[in-house]
Amino acid sequence: MMNARTLQDLFKRYRRPGDLVFSVFFLLFCVFMLSNLEDQTTWVKGGKLMAQPAFWPYLSVISMAVFATLHLISGLVSPVIAGRWTEVAFWLRSIEYAVWFLAYVLIVPILGYLPGTILFTIILCLRLGYRQRRTLINAALFAIVVVVLFKSMLQVKVPGGQIYEYLPTTLRSFMLTYF
Amino acid sequence: METLFSGVELLLRWDVALALIVGSVGGVIIGAIPGVGAAVAIAILLPATFSLDPIVGLTVLLGIYGSSMYGGSLPAILINTPGTAVNALTTYDGYPMTKRGEARRALALAYSASFWGGVFGILCLIFLSPLLALVAPHFGSREIFLAALLGIILVVLAHRGQVFAAGMLASFGILLHTVGLEPVKYTRRFTFDQTWLTGGFDLIVVVLGLFALSQAFLLLVDKDSTPRAQTVEGSLFDGMKELWLYKRVATAAGSFGVVMGMIPGVGEFTAQFLSYTYARKTSQEPEKFGDGAPEGLIASEAANNAVPAAAMIPLLALGIPGEALTAMMLSVFYVHNVIPGPQLFQNQLDFVYALYIAMLLLNVIVMVFLLFSTNLLTKIIQIPTRFLGMVILTLSFVGVYSLRNSIVDCAIASAFGILGLILKRLNLPIVPIVLGMVLGGIMEVKLRTSMIRVKEPLDFVNRPIAAFLALMIVLVIVMHVRTLIKEHRDKLTNADQDHDLHDSQQR
Repeated sequence: MMNARTLQDLFKRYRRPGDLVFSVFFLLFCVFMLSNLEDQTTWVKGGKLMAQPAFWPYLSVISMAVFATLHLISGLVSPVIAGRWTEVAFWLRSIEYAVWFLAYVLIVPILGYLPGTILFTIILCLRLGYRQRRTLINAALFAIVVVVLFKSMLQVKVPGGQIYEYLPTTLRSFMLTYF
Repeated sequence: METLFSGVELLLRWDVALALIVGSVGGVIIGAIPGVGAAVAIAILLPATFSLDPIVGLTVLLGIYGSSMYGGSLPAILINTPGTAVNALTTYDGYPMTKRGEARRALALAYSASFWGGVFGILCLIFLSPLLALVAPHFGSREIFLAALLGIILVVLAHRGQVFAAGMLASFGILLHTVGLEPVKYTRRFTFDQTWLTGGFDLIVVVLGLFALSQAFLLLVDKDSTPRAQTVEGSLFDGMKELWLYKRVATAAGSFGVVMGMIPGVGEFTAQFLSYTYARKTSQEPEKFGDGAPEGLIASEAANNAVPAAAMIPLLALGIPGEALTAMMLSVFYVHNVIPGPQLFQNQLDFVYALYIAMLLLNVIVMVFLLFSTNLLTKIIQIPTRFLGMVILTLSFVGVYSLRNSIVDCAIASAFGILGLILKRLNLPIVPIVLGMVLGGIMEVKLRTSMIRVKEPLDFVNRPIAAFLALMIVLVIVMHVRTLIKEHRDKLTNADQDHDLHDSQQR
């Protein structure tokens, strides 16, 4: 049912578990930036205040700190929501996939875009719990389509793999250009 | 008229034709898959479009932007899950119609209303363009600064109930823009003696992290599920004629979309809500809204599809993006040295017309595609969510790594991906960060330039448009405070409000 009564209701967002943890960390970040404001910015001699290179850094950090404080206070005065640490655990689990992504970034310059992508998609699918041959074949096909579309056709800048150096000359230049 | 024909000429190329098809069909498919919105797709494709001509690249991106909402209505109606965030209201009346066995009727109405809204928006803008060409040159540095400031304020205040969070995230966006070597006096800002911080944060790296990688992480960490949609039997064409019965609602909704789309920081949600409220208030059967009222469905779909064309107005005329997707498109202009703003309307009006005609054609292609492929789409959307996460992660690599082949960029994008995931889980808005970053840059440059001619504070608003914009800023803040007081007096209860509507941040 459409229960929002006013335009404002539509934009109201309600706190979720973990909101307080995020608010605290964000405020700590603001404090860190505030403590470094003077060191990390420069006020040049002469010139109007609003044309100073330090004007926008000061304005952004101070307004960020003010809003973050108000956000934290609004969180503190609201009822406690259960499930805070389960939610934080969910956030932390995402780090694993950030590592997967960075591992993919590191293997591509070594193995090459096509072999690296096929390997990445298949191994990640296995990690995700997919065991069916059909799913793994789909993952490999997807990898090939991505490489053909972006590298072979659109010629996006992805360097060739180091192992391509061991290929015969004609095949090597072909692989370096298209895969 | 000559300029219009010149615009048509710009489009008569095979690569533009291909871009039209890829953008429109791709956009529908992307929109139809719950979990992949236009923002994710545009963020990934952005670097790939840099090597294309501006008209080709922008056609692809505009196609995805405009047609994703068509596609998003499909799962909203069939499985009660909006394909994109802006299709959330479509579920209110679309899904009850499906439960009543009227899925075909609901889809036909949604598609035709989307088409009506989309075309209405573009036609309005084609006729408005000469007027804009007249007005835009009167926007100098201070007017553009004030318009950007108004955009930031609107984006913060639009997130009612979370104004503090939106304010801190918009400020965070402005802070991100300031990091690095400052271009006028060459002073270092927040570089902490780290060379990788000297260049600052690249907008595309941040956007890819916040939108694409965060979505991939979210899908990968969460439980696996596979959306199942029923097939639709019969021709959709017959149902489309029914829209004529609701032409008043569709036109009003389109108008709301155009007006709201033009205002920076507002966009689809406000347009949808206003048109939905209007449709309910003027309906002969308001009690049916939320329970499968065709007018509700039409109001929602016509309004959100009218927005993309209108959202291009502040971008093209003033160089000010009003929301995240046009902020991303701004980088395509800059890469090709096409500087959006008053000069564009004066010197390259044919380019502007070409974009509008391309959008018109995109709507036609999408309609034809949808008429014949709805059942195919119901099969495509059945991708397991974790597999989809793997797909987005793999595609994100192309987006980030192809920019500068930098591992540091990928690490930064990953960090923003985790931040985006946290924000999505907390249902906090991401858009203020992106707009803060883009508008912060515009505000700094324009304020510096305008200060040269400003001797007294009042000089800043001594021109009519500047004075009008300053008045608007004051008015918006006063209205916001007034509404807060009114709500406090009325003591609206939270208990009977629909909180689930707001999980739209997760898409």
